[in-house]
Amino acid sequence: MSKTVPVAIGAIGGVGLVAQSCKDKGEMVSLLSPDGELVQVEKSSMLPVTPAEARKGIPGKQFVMVIDLARCRNARKCVTKCQKMHDLPPEDEWIKVFLMQDSNDTAPYWFPKPCFHCNQPPCVKVCPVGATYKRTDGLVLIDNERCIGCKFCMTACPYSSRVFQWKEPEETKFADRAYSPETSTPHKVGTVGKCDFCADMARQGKLPDCVTGCPNGVIFFGDKNEDIVSNGTESFRFSELIYDRAGYHFMAELGTQPNVYYLPPVDRLFDYEKGFSTLTDEQKGFYKKSIVKKH
Amino acid sequence: MIKNENISDEQFNQKVEKDLLAHLTVNQKRNNIFIFLLIAIVLVGMFAYYRQIRYGLIVTSMRDYTSWGVYISNFVFFVAISLVGSLISSMLKLSKATWSTPLTRISEIIAIAAIFCASIIIIVDMGRPDRFLNVVIYGRIQSPILWDVMIISTYLVISILLLYLSLIPDLALCRDKLTGVSGVRKWFYRVFSVNWKGSPEQYKILHSIIAMLSIVVLPIAFAIHTVTSWLFSTTWRPGWDSTNLGPYFVSGALMAGAAVIIVAMYFIRNVYNLKEYLTDKVFDHMGKLLVLLSLIYLYFNINEYLGPAFKMVGVEGEHIIELFVGKYAGMYWAVQILGLILPIVILSFAWGRKPLPMLIISMLALLGAWFKRFLIVIPSLQHPYLPIQDVDESYRHYIPTWEEWAITFASFAACLLIITFLLRVLPAIPIWEMKRGVEPKSQEA
Repeated sequence: MSKTVPVAIGAIGGVGLVAQSCKDKGEMVSLLSPDGELVQVEKSSMLPVTPAEARKGIPGKQFVMVIDLARCRNARKCVTKCQKMHDLPPEDEWIKVFLMQDSNDTAPYWFPKPCFHCNQPPCVKVCPVGATYKRTDGLVLIDNERCIGCKFCMTACPYSSRVFQWKEPEETKFADRAYSPETSTPHKVGTVGKCDFCADMARQGKLPDCVTGCPNGVIFFGDKNEDIVSNGTESFRFSELIYDRAGYHFMAELGTQPNVYYLPPVDRLFDYEKGFSTLTDEQKGFYKKSIVKKH
Repeated sequence: MIKNENISDEQFNQKVEKDLLAHLTVNQKRNNIFIFLLIAIVLVGMFAYYRQIRYGLIVTSMRDYTSWGVYISNFVFFVAISLVGSLISSMLKLSKATWSTPLTRISEIIAIAAIFCASIIIIVDMGRPDRFLNVVIYGRIQSPILWDVMIISTYLVISILLLYLSLIPDLALCRDKLTGVSGVRKWFYRVFSVNWKGSPEQYKILHSIIAMLSIVVLPIAFAIHTVTSWLFSTTWRPGWDSTNLGPYFVSGALMAGAAVIIVAMYFIRNVYNLKEYLTDKVFDHMGKLLVLLSLIYLYFNINEYLGPAFKMVGVEGEHIIELFVGKYAGMYWAVQILGLILPIVILSFAWGRKPLPMLIISMLALLGAWFKRFLIVIPSLQHPYLPIQDVDESYRHYIPTWEEWAITFASFAACLLIITFLLRVLPAIPIWEMKRGVEPKSQEA
């Protein structure tokens, strides 16, 4: 892991941020340091990566996400922010919030679920052309310039994390942007999409939009190698957080080894009923079916 | 086959030649109407596919949960049907059944038409058919799709070889005996009969090649449907996550193959007037074979559903409930009772093994086979581990759109079209194998 990076951005990103001898004193961008401070970095130092680099991953990194179920009240900001960031139509959710109830007598809780970026990814195993791949930094990305649209990865993913571009994308704000697996945009008809852990942001040392968008600090993101995760306002040592709060993998028995960990919904900040206030009547109908027992 | 056994070999062979070449020269007006109808269905399907290319897979009813639909189930159906080739011209041949000889050519033709349609339909399911070559350029040998592509193309090549090689003596016969056929067809018979003279040496070589191919095709035939089952069993889906899936698929395919040859021979025997060759006795034998294959399939069906239904584990249990008493129950029990139990019961009786009852039963078995594949593919996808929430109601259901049906029917029509076309130019029954005392029997045989 590179400790020689001149600008000590720490918690995330890092490598893309080598403050080179600045060619042009251009636009500056604010980044968040591990201490929660804002740091100014030049935009030109964050050029998009080549396709070959986008397949390799950011050296020395091991990205990880921790989701604190005790804090979630289904504000749905992670969903909408992600859709805005990735130019997704309302029906495509790369992060979904499920209403879970483990059995009749147990309490319901809200369960945000991005792509798990598994270390043994079933989707990557089945892909016939290597359009979806695993990187050294743990990310599972999709190259939509290679994807043939067979949808095998969608049937293989046990967590239903993948969505398909069933039609030509409508007016998009990224139409003139060069496609990169790290931005996952612009979308291409007939190919598969999913949560990319905001790889382009990670390269810039920024947190994903679902993390910064969440009003309750539910989602933590960081680097396992540096052993730090942050939700934008608080930072924790990843190993301590997982140890102290009994972090777990969802359906660990499948052996997919996700890079997303959950903290159990104990001592919850909100009643789960609050989560319904953000939903339209139609959406409420979808969720109500999942509640085994009315409280 | 032919009643009068007292006639000399020469007379017998002359009659066989005359009878079996007859359908290649008759006026085929009725046949033409049938062909135009099939072409019309194919054209409607092509229009539907044009719409799919233009607007994307949104014209189908597939969505993010039910991401494989009727295209994939139809693909599995065609792969299943294609096993008829090896069933008749390998398994029965190797077991020295002589009654099935008149069926070999028809079964190989059906096999080739079915594999061809299976390959087309899998491309139709792709979101980016324009990138099909990526499978070659970036192919990952770890992916079961690559295994399937390789095994299907191998099976296609061996099936074409089996069909073609056993055709050579008959093509030579067509070259020598057929008068009043078009110049193109004369050219075709002349070129493809590759100077066949019918010398004992040529027959010897031909016999040994065909014997070799009918052995080689056997493991390939088992593999083609086992690998297709692995497309499903290598995932974690309820209903697919099963070690039983390979033999379950293979046994189902052999049953469907037997049913399809019965349907085919019923029509061929009536349309081409081949009652003397495709006799009631052949039907009787095929009927018994279908009972046996149905019983084997029933065994694997019980194996497939009893364990999960007994344990009722999580979504696996919900999936079972959906099939047994839920929204797919009607289809499920119709398929199991009409398409599996009924054939076993009816065909166990001698009166059930007459041509007409067998046609009806085999049609039911075939319909059952098609819907069975629907039941294998679609309900599983609707039972993911995480609940289907926060999506439009339409994501929970799957009712194929007219485009999907049009393309599916077009694939059936294309399959029938290929079969009909080949039967117009090729003798439906292998003449040289039906003759007596012409070719020297090889030593082993």
